[in-house]
Amino acid sequence: MTALRQIAFYGKGGIGKSTTSQNTLAALVEMGQKILIVGCDPKADSTRLILNTKLQDTVLHLAAEAGSVEDLELEDVMKVGYKGIKCTEAGGPEPGVGCAGRGVITAINFLEENGAYEDVDYVSYDVLGDVVCGGFAMPIRENKAQEIYIVMSGEMMALYAANNIAKGILKYANSGGVRLGGLICNERQTDRELELAEALAAKLGCKMIHFVPRDNIVQHAELRRETVIQYAPESKQAEEYRQLAQKIHDNSGKGVIPTPITMEELEEMLMDFGIMQSEEDRLAAIEAAGA
Amino acid sequence: MAKDIPDPIAPEKLIEEVLSAYPAKAAKKRARHLGVAQPAAEGDTEIVSKCDTVKSNVKSVPGVMTIRGCAYAGSKGVVWGPVKDMVHISHGPVGCGHYSWSQRRNYYTGTTGVDSFVTMQFTTDFQEKDIVFGGDKKLEKTIDEINELFPLAKAVSVQSECPIGLIGDDIEAVARKKKTEIGKTIVPVRCEGFRGVSQSLGHHIANDAIRDWVLEGEGSDYEVSPYDVNIIGDYNIGGDAWSSRILLEEIGLNVVGSWSGDATLAEMENAPKAKLNLIHCYRSMNYICRHMEEKHGVPWMEYNFFGPSQIAASLRAIAAKFDETIQANAEAVIAKYQPLVDEILAKYKPRLEGKSVMLYVGGLRPRHVATAYHDLGMEIVGTGYEFAHGDDYKRTGEHIKEGTLIYDDVTGYELEKFIETMRPDLVGSGIKEKYPTQKMGIPFRQMHSWDYSGPYHGYDGFAIFARDMDLAINNPVWGMFDAPWKKSA
Repeated sequence: MTALRQIAFYGKGGIGKSTTSQNTLAALVEMGQKILIVGCDPKADSTRLILNTKLQDTVLHLAAEAGSVEDLELEDVMKVGYKGIKCTEAGGPEPGVGCAGRGVITAINFLEENGAYEDVDYVSYDVLGDVVCGGFAMPIRENKAQEIYIVMSGEMMALYAANNIAKGILKYANSGGVRLGGLICNERQTDRELELAEALAAKLGCKMIHFVPRDNIVQHAELRRETVIQYAPESKQAEEYRQLAQKIHDNSGKGVIPTPITMEELEEMLMDFGIMQSEEDRLAAIEAAGA
Repeated sequence: MAKDIPDPIAPEKLIEEVLSAYPAKAAKKRARHLGVAQPAAEGDTEIVSKCDTVKSNVKSVPGVMTIRGCAYAGSKGVVWGPVKDMVHISHGPVGCGHYSWSQRRNYYTGTTGVDSFVTMQFTTDFQEKDIVFGGDKKLEKTIDEINELFPLAKAVSVQSECPIGLIGDDIEAVARKKKTEIGKTIVPVRCEGFRGVSQSLGHHIANDAIRDWVLEGEGSDYEVSPYDVNIIGDYNIGGDAWSSRILLEEIGLNVVGSWSGDATLAEMENAPKAKLNLIHCYRSMNYICRHMEEKHGVPWMEYNFFGPSQIAASLRAIAAKFDETIQANAEAVIAKYQPLVDEILAKYKPRLEGKSVMLYVGGLRPRHVATAYHDLGMEIVGTGYEFAHGDDYKRTGEHIKEGTLIYDDVTGYELEKFIETMRPDLVGSGIKEKYPTQKMGIPFRQMHSWDYSGPYHGYDGFAIFARDMDLAINNPVWGMFDAPWKKSA
């Protein structure tokens, strides 16, 4: 058995992290890899396409019912989905109460201590939105994920979030072993999207791992609670995810310490691409339009 | 004067020596908190010295052993905890509640567990799941249980521990909901321990909670009299508020509320109807006095019931706010107690005269008890506060002689060095300082808890105070401090 590889998917909320990660992992399992998914989102939707159903028994909900995590057994919270992929969800509070970040820490510690990471080749963390607090940085801390894959698009806020996540990785890169695996661009059909993604990758000093084209078949599969790999294995889109999976598999140990840029540099980049005006030009334009 | 000081060392020199042990940055910061009482400005007859040169109410230097507490301690432990007919929930993990169990010797009348709850401990005992999923439901359940188990509890306060602020629980919403449901006052207090630099902010937050959740209520139907006053900032340590109340009642005043030693919720609600607020601990309750002055037009004044000279001065000053009957009563009361004072002084002054004292207490006593020592012929050679602000140091000059060593938020190391070098005849501070000091062979009295004695307020209290200081200083044990075989022949 090769050494355990731990990877994590981060990115702006709604960018398609869960969809991209589950499709990629479904392709990885086709390559004979044994996989564990750790969903780190209170919404608990990181394993839905693999299990073909929403996982009801999250670590934290069962722990709350039983009293504490010490009262749980691993079997209670680990379900097996598509081609033997093991699935767990941290779960967490409803929006607006409690501390979801603490929940992620509790859940990951429980899974590790109870042997969930034994006998697998890949552990994949799917983490909610931005790195809002220490709890959601858990997977990038020491001895957790070796490579982080940032799912992004050509939209400005997605670029901004990607840069922010790179800052989070940089913070832990020197104390622990975490590296930025690269960017995965999930096409939104914005202006000059591929070039922008490549330019950001260059700024961050990392690879643009794969450009996933937009295809409505992903929607069709999602509505059936399936990955494209399972729903339409012969489709062009399934092939895209297989390529992405292969690239990630080959990227082992090739992650980098990112070089995040400032907000100003990011805006300059957008200006260089001619898709953003400078603040002065824009203010002048607004004034001109008003007059 | 102080006989046991082997080589008197100038306080300025001592400060310099003590600071030399610190790294440059820490020394620079700490230097601003240490000083010597300066001569009063010419023409300023109100004060004995100028003590307001030290910096105060700022963050302690990281790495030192500070003696301060936290905001939760200031709210639960000081302001709210003594209110006897309320249940105070330590909201959060069990530790803060456990270690503040029993309160601070805030005496009260009533039957504990039936209509009074001061020494009982209530906590929501947070577990990991409460952190992750929020503790509001558990808080609601706790309030329901309290209401069912202790139907005579008039109100409930929620004393927030650190995690409540970190996870952002909406305790105000719970308070409003429960108030509607059970019809009792529920007071949410945002006194998370990480707020502020000491317990002082906890006092302020607790005062604000009284303002917003008690005084903003329906008001009271209390029938006023022209002689109504409140005792504010007396926590009835060892019965202090009671021995103060006796004197106020004897001069013809009517004490409406005692804040918050031996207090009830109704007393607090009635308080804004009084004619005058008398504030003892200025630091912890000046906020609510200022509020009652602005909102309800109740004037306030500070007073001091430690030691006969301050008691007499305070009684006269208080009486001056009322009519001639009260003023005459005050004179009569002072005269009535004079024989007692004479008796105490005759007995103890010869045994205590000239003895030197170092104090390190909270926010009031480092200046307030000074004159009680002076009355016994003793001398304050050093004093300082844990959590005073600039206005407290300004007030200190009233009582402290020029040349006195002043230390703000003193560190464990500094205090030990000061005591070791100055070797006063008595140190008055807290439990953490007691045993190291006694091990140096120096008599010690706890000046937070009165060392399980008291009261020290009022004329009755002065008798106990004088006796206790004598017991500490003239205890024969100090003569046996050196091992007999080490004594020179």
